[in-house]
Amino acid sequence: MRTNQAILGWLALLCAAPAAGAADLHNADYVNIQRGRYLANAGDCISCHTAKGGKPFAGGYPVETPFGTIYSSNITPDVVTGIGNWTREDFYRAMHEGKRKDGQHMYPACPYPWFTKMSREDVDDLKSYLDTLQPVRSISPENDLIWPLGWRKMVAGWNLLFFEPGAYAPDPDKSTLWNRGAYLVQGPGHCAACHTPKNLLGGSDHDRALQGGDAGEGWYAPGLTGNRRAGLGGWTTEDLVQYLKTGANPHTASTGPMTEVVMNSTRHLNEQDLRAIATYLKDIPPDQEDGHDAGDSGGAIDDETMARGKALYVDQCMGCHMADGKGQAEAFPPLANTSSVQAPNAQTLIQVVLGGDYMADPPTRPTSLAMPAFDWKLNDQDIADVLTYVRNSWGNRAPAVSADTVADMRESVHEYGPRYKRLISRP
Amino acid sequence: MDETKRRFVQAALALPATLVLPACERTAPRPARIAGTFFSADEYRFVEAATARLIPGNREDPGAIEADIPLFIDLQLGGPYGRADRWYMEGPWAAGTAQQGYQLKQTPSELYRIAIAGIDAYCRRQYSGRAFAELSADRQDEILRNLEAGKIELGDVPAQAFFSVLWQNTQEGFLADPMYGGNRGFAGWKLIGFPGPRYNYVEEITQYGKPYPLPPVGILGRDGTRMRADI
Amino acid sequence: MAKRLEPVDVVLVGFGWTASIIAQELTDEGLQVLALERGEDRATVPDFSTTHIQDELKYAVRNHMFQAPIRETLSFRNTPDQRALPMRQLGSFRPGAGVGGAGVHWNGQTWRFLPDDFLIRSHTEERYGAGFIPEDLTIQDWGITYDELESCYDRFEYLCGVSGVAGNVAGERRPDGNPFEGNRSRDYPLPPLERSAGSLMFDKAARELGYHPFPGPAANASRPYKNPLGVQMGQCTYCGYCEWFGCGNNSKASPQSTILPVLLKKDNFSYRTGCDVTRVVLDGSGTKAKGVLYRDLEGREFEQPAELVILCAFAHHNVHLLLLSGIGKPYDPVSNTGVVGRNYAYQITSAVEVFVDELMNPYMGAGALGQAVDDFNGDNFDHGPEGFIGGGYIALWTTGGRPILQHHLPQDTPTWGAGWKKAMAENYLHSTAVSTHGSVVSHRNAYLDLDPTYKDIYGNPMLRLTFDFHANDYRMSDYLTSKAEGIARAMKPRSINVKKRKPPYSIIPYQTTHNTGGAAMGDDPRTSVVNRYLQSWDVPNVFVVGACNFPQNPGYNPTGTVGALAYWAADAIRTRYLKRPGPLVQV
Repeated sequence: MRTNQAILGWLALLCAAPAAGAADLHNADYVNIQRGRYLANAGDCISCHTAKGGKPFAGGYPVETPFGTIYSSNITPDVVTGIGNWTREDFYRAMHEGKRKDGQHMYPACPYPWFTKMSREDVDDLKSYLDTLQPVRSISPENDLIWPLGWRKMVAGWNLLFFEPGAYAPDPDKSTLWNRGAYLVQGPGHCAACHTPKNLLGGSDHDRALQGGDAGEGWYAPGLTGNRRAGLGGWTTEDLVQYLKTGANPHTASTGPMTEVVMNSTRHLNEQDLRAIATYLKDIPPDQEDGHDAGDSGGAIDDETMARGKALYVDQCMGCHMADGKGQAEAFPPLANTSSVQAPNAQTLIQVVLGGDYMADPPTRPTSLAMPAFDWKLNDQDIADVLTYVRNSWGNRAPAVSADTVADMRESVHEYGPRYKRLISRP
Repeated sequence: MDETKRRFVQAALALPATLVLPACERTAPRPARIAGTFFSADEYRFVEAATARLIPGNREDPGAIEADIPLFIDLQLGGPYGRADRWYMEGPWAAGTAQQGYQLKQTPSELYRIAIAGIDAYCRRQYSGRAFAELSADRQDEILRNLEAGKIELGDVPAQAFFSVLWQNTQEGFLADPMYGGNRGFAGWKLIGFPGPRYNYVEEITQYGKPYPLPPVGILGRDGTRMRADI
Repeated sequence: MAKRLEPVDVVLVGFGWTASIIAQELTDEGLQVLALERGEDRATVPDFSTTHIQDELKYAVRNHMFQAPIRETLSFRNTPDQRALPMRQLGSFRPGAGVGGAGVHWNGQTWRFLPDDFLIRSHTEERYGAGFIPEDLTIQDWGITYDELESCYDRFEYLCGVSGVAGNVAGERRPDGNPFEGNRSRDYPLPPLERSAGSLMFDKAARELGYHPFPGPAANASRPYKNPLGVQMGQCTYCGYCEWFGCGNNSKASPQSTILPVLLKKDNFSYRTGCDVTRVVLDGSGTKAKGVLYRDLEGREFEQPAELVILCAFAHHNVHLLLLSGIGKPYDPVSNTGVVGRNYAYQITSAVEVFVDELMNPYMGAGALGQAVDDFNGDNFDHGPEGFIGGGYIALWTTGGRPILQHHLPQDTPTWGAGWKKAMAENYLHSTAVSTHGSVVSHRNAYLDLDPTYKDIYGNPMLRLTFDFHANDYRMSDYLTSKAEGIARAMKPRSINVKKRKPPYSIIPYQTTHNTGGAAMGDDPRTSVVNRYLQSWDVPNVFVVGACNFPQNPGYNPTGTVGALAYWAADAIRTRYLKRPGPLVQV
């Protein structure tokens, strides 16, 4: 297909052709470091590699998995506790094969199954950038994994089943823009790490790529396929770009961990790359034409539940989300015809209602409007009813929410809200 | 907001499930002392009797008793309002003009204690040893009117000042959110036609002449017997 | 011994409207700005959330959001021959506390003063003769004109997203707006709010009487609104809990909803809460400020050095600070010398309660939702035959129907008992009020000074207020009340209840928090504390900003002018003072 020469030339600058010109990798210059910083944004390294109240990139952040807690490592250039004495080879092996300098396996809590797709040049540039960070002497806490997973050799088995190292290979039938988007999504962006469902062993279910998954800490990452109801089917490319840039668009606003992603990662990407990501994602066919997988009880919700839910909605939600569920333009997100509201899994909704949440506040959209917490005010049945109502009104259709599900989530509500604010201020 | 303040605010607003008295505990009639923290049994009897005259009622047309106003007042006096936590209560003390406001040394809780004792003492002297609560409704009305007019000597506190506070608190107990213990079942709000704190009348405000169709709601929802014990 | 801290370029006392505006301006200039707020930190979520904010008992009756007298109050008397006693509970006025100040809990009624208001003395003398003004009045021209301030009014209105209908734009009269208003360069940023039942009735009645009603200008956004700073406000949903409450959906303008999202992200801005400024520290000559002293919540004392000190606290506290710091000569009413504390004024209000057959649904409202007429404000009518100066607007505001404090009962209602109960049931949904909001002259015996007996919590002399409305204002208020009564009757009520303002002024019932003066602005240091740029005549690196600058109070809510003055002072600092620090006005 015809390509825009300018785009091609510009992308070439960013994704240098392998080997040629990448001669002396030890003399990283300004350009390499800036490229590396950009890739660190794209990969959102800072969010996992910084503890609450901790120094940036110094690790110690607890990643909760079904198998226990894994603490992120110190990736500052400290020579004792960080990766200061790692060569580029060492770093590439970690990102590409999931192996540490000492030869031990990394746990796939660090999403090397996706970082493996990154080009050598990109990984090298990333290392150049990490080398410029303030070294921090900090040892992360011991991992707390169920036996025998504390034994890193177990990961070899997991890798055999679920991991195939290999850089991204462009699809010749797709545009350069599409391929760039695919690279960003599958590689540094590692979107599927949250947005693809996982099997019992924690491996991604690639047959259901990007159909929605566990974002950790009780949050649900909605599907990104062309599903009109529970995916991006109703969004334009422009909508997606705006969302990634600002955390909100006319359809919705980011919540929980995705707000952190927007603030620390996607809002730093340039317009072209956002457009590339949007182009790639918008090309994913819907997992279902309309509605959800089995379990959609859309039509089977009784009138009494809807009546209770409606009363609660009128009493509690209308001040911001308005009578027609459309929210207030540019201010409060709509609930009507919103994919995150109609996601088969209602965890994110429950989290937001229980604990409240703050919108992303990049400089272009500084207000950080917020939702208050309702956990003290509404009981489990109330929350279940109002969410069932919202998920099935104004054209929405989604499975009902049960009081039991809400009760379970009460135990695990994390105050996500301004979590990203703990990190360094990045204009 | 700094950490101590945040904790305080959260404590003030927090509603651990155990502190919300479930509806079933509140439907049966209660003896005088059940949930109060402040009044003695005698004082409670005075408050019940007095408020029942200030806002009379019955099951069909709820008044102070049905709305649980005595409980409301009890809880208020046991808390920061009763202690005058926010008022300036340093001397020197002087009576002041009518324009200079409250100049009594007593906090509201002290005011009630002294005044109730004074009123009951007065009643016992005047009416053969009977306290206010034991008098007829007409007699009680008369005494209340005299208190209102400042015609009864209560010793340390002016009768008028006490009556003014009592009536103010009674109205509050009738019309505040039921989570504070009064306005039980939205008695006060239903009487006047107030649908409770709601956040959106965008459609309704221009529907002139149209009564608002929804039942009252309080901060804790549509159950007008739900209350908070930690005010 | 006070602990000395790292110096900053600018220290602001207080963190309400004026501090937020000035901080936003001066940080844009690259200065290091620090705001010291006595109260606590507050944000829309969680502090004003829709989930809990509509609690009349807590916020409107128990005064949760306001200054607590235990920590800050004043002593009060009507006349100098009386003994002032402490205001032990809040009553007549309710100053704010906490980040955002009273900007969090105001109604949002946002006015401009009339052009002639700024020239009240010269204009009155010109039109009615010098003898028309009673000798003991201390009213004076402001030292600036409306035209000079117009762009600042415009900035504040666009910052806040004021909803309204202009009456006079770029020299062109507009129907449905206020025909008496000063010229504005452009329309309001947002169209007016919806009409309530009450505002419709008032509008009709006022028109029948030949007056010129218009929607009250409202800093309650009629649409979602993004202001010039890029801050997003929500749309007002008429919840009826404006005044005394924070706004849960960002539709009422406050520092939180209009400025702080941008200001708080700036590296060169910081603020501290729980910090009570007790003194401006001067150097040996007494003509230069070195910074401020403050105490934290534990009572520890700190000295905060700064190049520029700006007093942005509530009017009373600004004046108290000037007196405690020895900045400017304190006013002495006997010798009629001195300026600090002089020109104190307030607002004189009255109401006509109206009882109608129509259903009013009073609980559907907004802080500045209403209709007003300005026909009797300022010098919009001939005062010659009336023998008083000043005026006010008459309005029907439907701010809410909160049951404890916002119900109306006919005059002959028994104060309690079965009759009271019946009257409540019959009248709550069928009542409203026409109110008057009048100007107040400053006079010789209305002033602030230091109390000789009572002390504040730090052992400093408490501020003392000596005040009653002048006879002029009672006459003027009665006039307005009679006009209000006329409008009320034209609403065809079943009954009305005329509540005139009767002397003497009492500190007990709430009236307004429109306390003005004490640090008057002007062009003559003998009768003003600050010059036209709000800079202290005595200490050029101290600016004092707020309603304390008003030399007397016109017949409008002050916040519009307070916001405009904040922009005005910030502009003077940016374009004049920073280039050449020192007195900006030579005398």
